[in-house]
Amino acid sequence: MNDRISAQYWLHEKELTAYSSDAVRDRRRRAMELFESKGFPTQKDEDWKYSSLKPVLSPHYALNSPCAALEDEHLEYADIKRFLVNELDAYRVVFLNGRYTSWLSDTTHQGFDVCTLSSAWKKYPETIERYFAQLTEDLGPLAQLNTALAWDGIYVVVPDNVVVDRPIQLLSITSGTEPRAIQVRNLVVLGVNSQVEIIERHQSLSDQPTWTNSVDEAFLAEGAQLRWVKLQHDGPLASMTQHTRIHQDRSSRSQVHTISTGGRFIRNNLDIILNGPGAEARMLGLTLGKGKQLVDHHTLVDHRAPHCSSHENYKGIYDEGSKGVFNGRIYVHREAQKTDAYQQNANLVLHQTAEVNAKPQLEIFADDVRCSHGCTVGQLDEDALFYLRARGIREPEARAMLMLAFAEDALAGIDHPSLNAKLHKLIAGKLGVDLTLDL
Amino acid sequence: MLEIRELHASIGDKEILRGVNLTVKPGEVHAIMGPNGSGKSTLSSVIAGREEYQVTSGDVLWDGKSILELAPEERAHLGLFLGFQYPVEIPGVSVSNFVKTALNAVRAARGEEALDASSMLKKMREALQLLEMDKGFLSRSLNEGFSGGEKKRNEIFQMAMLEPRLAILDETDSGLDIDALRIVAQGVNGLRSAKASFVVITHYQRLLDYIIPDVVHVLLNGRIVKAGDKSLAYALEERGYDWIKKEVE
Ligand SMILES: Nc1ncnc2c1ncn2[C@@H]1O[C@H](COP(=O)(O)OP(=O)(O)OP(=O)(O)O)[C@@H](O)[C@H]1O
Ligand SMILES: [Mg+2]
Repeated sequence: MNDRISAQYWLHEKELTAYSSDAVRDRRRRAMELFESKGFPTQKDEDWKYSSLKPVLSPHYALNSPCAALEDEHLEYADIKRFLVNELDAYRVVFLNGRYTSWLSDTTHQGFDVCTLSSAWKKYPETIERYFAQLTEDLGPLAQLNTALAWDGIYVVVPDNVVVDRPIQLLSITSGTEPRAIQVRNLVVLGVNSQVEIIERHQSLSDQPTWTNSVDEAFLAEGAQLRWVKLQHDGPLASMTQHTRIHQDRSSRSQVHTISTGGRFIRNNLDIILNGPGAEARMLGLTLGKGKQLVDHHTLVDHRAPHCSSHENYKGIYDEGSKGVFNGRIYVHREAQKTDAYQQNANLVLHQTAEVNAKPQLEIFADDVRCSHGCTVGQLDEDALFYLRARGIREPEARAMLMLAFAEDALAGIDHPSLNAKLHKLIAGKLGVDLTLDL
Repeated sequence: MLEIRELHASIGDKEILRGVNLTVKPGEVHAIMGPNGSGKSTLSSVIAGREEYQVTSGDVLWDGKSILELAPEERAHLGLFLGFQYPVEIPGVSVSNFVKTALNAVRAARGEEALDASSMLKKMREALQLLEMDKGFLSRSLNEGFSGGEKKRNEIFQMAMLEPRLAILDETDSGLDIDALRIVAQGVNGLRSAKASFVVITHYQRLLDYIIPDVVHVLLNGRIVKAGDKSLAYALEERGYDWIKKEVE
C-alpha cells in the first residue's frame, strides 16, 4: 500500500501541481516525503494506541489519478437526494470519488467564493499559496498524505464583513465496483467579522470497502464565525479518517458538531488553535456505535492567547461490539491567562462487549485560568428507566427516550429545524426505535 | 381491586417485606404509616413492578388476577400509578413530552387512539389549573432542578393526566408547604370522586385532614401490624411507634 500510494503521487505530481507555484509544489513534496519516511501510523504510536488502521488499509484500493476527469462514473440527483437536507436552502457542493460534480452542485462567486479547490488551483493561486498546508505541517502521516494528494473539496473564501447567506452542504460520495480510497481537502478562509456555516457528509454508495481521508484547514480572522456540522453516517464498509484544523484570531467563534453514527472505522482529529484574545470555540460530539464500529475522537484545543474560551462536550453511546476512543487534549500556554476551558466526555456503554477508552489530557502552563473537565463511563440510569416505565412507557421506548435525552446536548445550537429533524431521525433510527419524540 | 396476600420480598438476601396483607376496594383510601425503613417504599416499588426486588412468596392481585409477572409498564396500563417518594431527575426530557408519551402509551395499550394535539393541550391546561401550576413547567426538563415541593406537585400533575384506577402516593406530602398540601389534596380528591382508589403513604396525619382515609395501617418491620380509622393516625403522631412495637411483642 505505501509504495502504491507514493507511486500515485510521483506519477501524478505534474497534474497536481500544474497551476501551483514552486512553494506549493514543495509543500506537497515535503508532505509526501514525510509520509514516505513515517509510513502509516500503527498502534505503537501513542496517538493510535487503541485504533488499528489495518482493516482500513487491507483492501486493494483503486488508486487512479487524483485529478483526472470523472469517466464512466455517473450520479443523478435521485441517487443523492436522501443524503441531503433538502428542505434547507443551501449552496450544494457535491463530489463523486473525490472529484467535483458540477451538475449536482450550486456554487457561487458573488460577493464571496463557495466553490471547489480543484478550480481554485488555477483561479486563485495566491490565496492557495497563502493558506494551503499552512496549518498542517506538523501533523501525522495521514494528513501529510492528504496534502500531497489533495485535489478537490470545498474552497470557501469570505471577505471582511460578509455573512454567507445560505449554509453550504458538502456531500462527498464514493461509488464504484472496486474498493476505493479518496482524498478530500477543504479550505475555508473567513475575513474579519464574516460568517459561514457548513454541513458536511460523506457517503459510500458502493458495496466495496471505501476509505475517505480528509483534511480541513480553516482560518478565522478577527470576529469571524464558523459553524460546521459533520455528519458521519456512512455504511458498514466505509472508513473515514479526518483531520480538521481551525485557526482563530481575536474574538472569532467556531462551533463544530461531530455526529458519528455510522461507518466501520472513524478517526477524527479536531484541532482548534485559539490564537487571538477573546476567541471562542465550541466542540460538540455525539457518537452512536454498534456492531463492528470503531469511532476514535482526538481533539486538541490550543489556548495560545488570553481571555479565550473553549467548551467541549462529547457524548457516546456504545452498543454491542462497538469501540470508542476519546482523547481530549487542552493545552494552555503561559501567555493564555484568563483561559476558560471546559471539557466533558460522557459515555453510555450498553453491552459488555462494547468498550470505551477515554482520556482527558490537560496541560496548563498559565496560572490564572479556569479549567474543568469530567469524564464518565456508565450505563443507563435504572432509576430513570423505572420511572418512565412506571408511567406506562414501554421499555424500548423508555430506553430510547433516555438515550436521546442523553444525546441531546450534542445537538444544541443547531438552529435549522430541518437539519435538526433529520439528525433526530437518524439518531432514533440508529437506536432502533421509530419514534416521533421531540424531547 | 388490589389485593396483597402474604407478600414477602427481599433484596439480595435481606428480607424487607415479611408477609404483607392489604385489600383495597374501588373508591377506598388507605393510609400507610410506619417508621423509617419499615418497608413502605419497598412495598410500593414491588407493587409497581421494580425488578430489583425479588418476591419470594405471596401474591399481588389486580381485579383478582396476579400482576407479579407483568412489566412495570403493563401495570401502568392497567391503571396503576406510583407517586414516587424521590421523583427522578431526567435532563433532556421535557415534562410535556414525557406526559404526552406516557398518556399515549397507556391509551395505545388499551386500544385507544392517541390524543390529538389540541385535546392533549386542553387536558394539560386543566390539570395545571387544578394544581395551580404555571405553564412554564411543561417545557422544563423532567424534575431537573425542581424544588422538593415542585417535584411532588409534578407527580400529582402526572396522576391527574393519567387518571389511574389506583394511585400509590409515597410521601407525596413530605416537603410541601400548607398551600401545596391543600392543592395536592385537591388533585387527589378530584380523582377520588371518580371512584379511583388510593394508598397514601405518609408520616403526618395532617395530610389525612385533607384526604380522609377509610383505613389507616401501620407497617412495622415489613409487616402490617395494626389497622384502624383516622384516629390511629393521631395516636401515632402523638405517641410514636414504641407502644405499637410493644403491643406486637
Ligand atoms: N435497593 C436497596 N438496597 C438495599 N437495601 C434497600 C434497598 N431498598 C430498600 N432497602 C432497605 O429496605 C428497608 C426498607 O426501606 P424502604 O425504603 O422501603 O423504607 P421506608 O419505609 O419507605 O422508609 P422511609 O420512611 O424512610 O421512606 C431499609 O432498611 C432500606 O435500607
Ligand atoms: Mg420510603
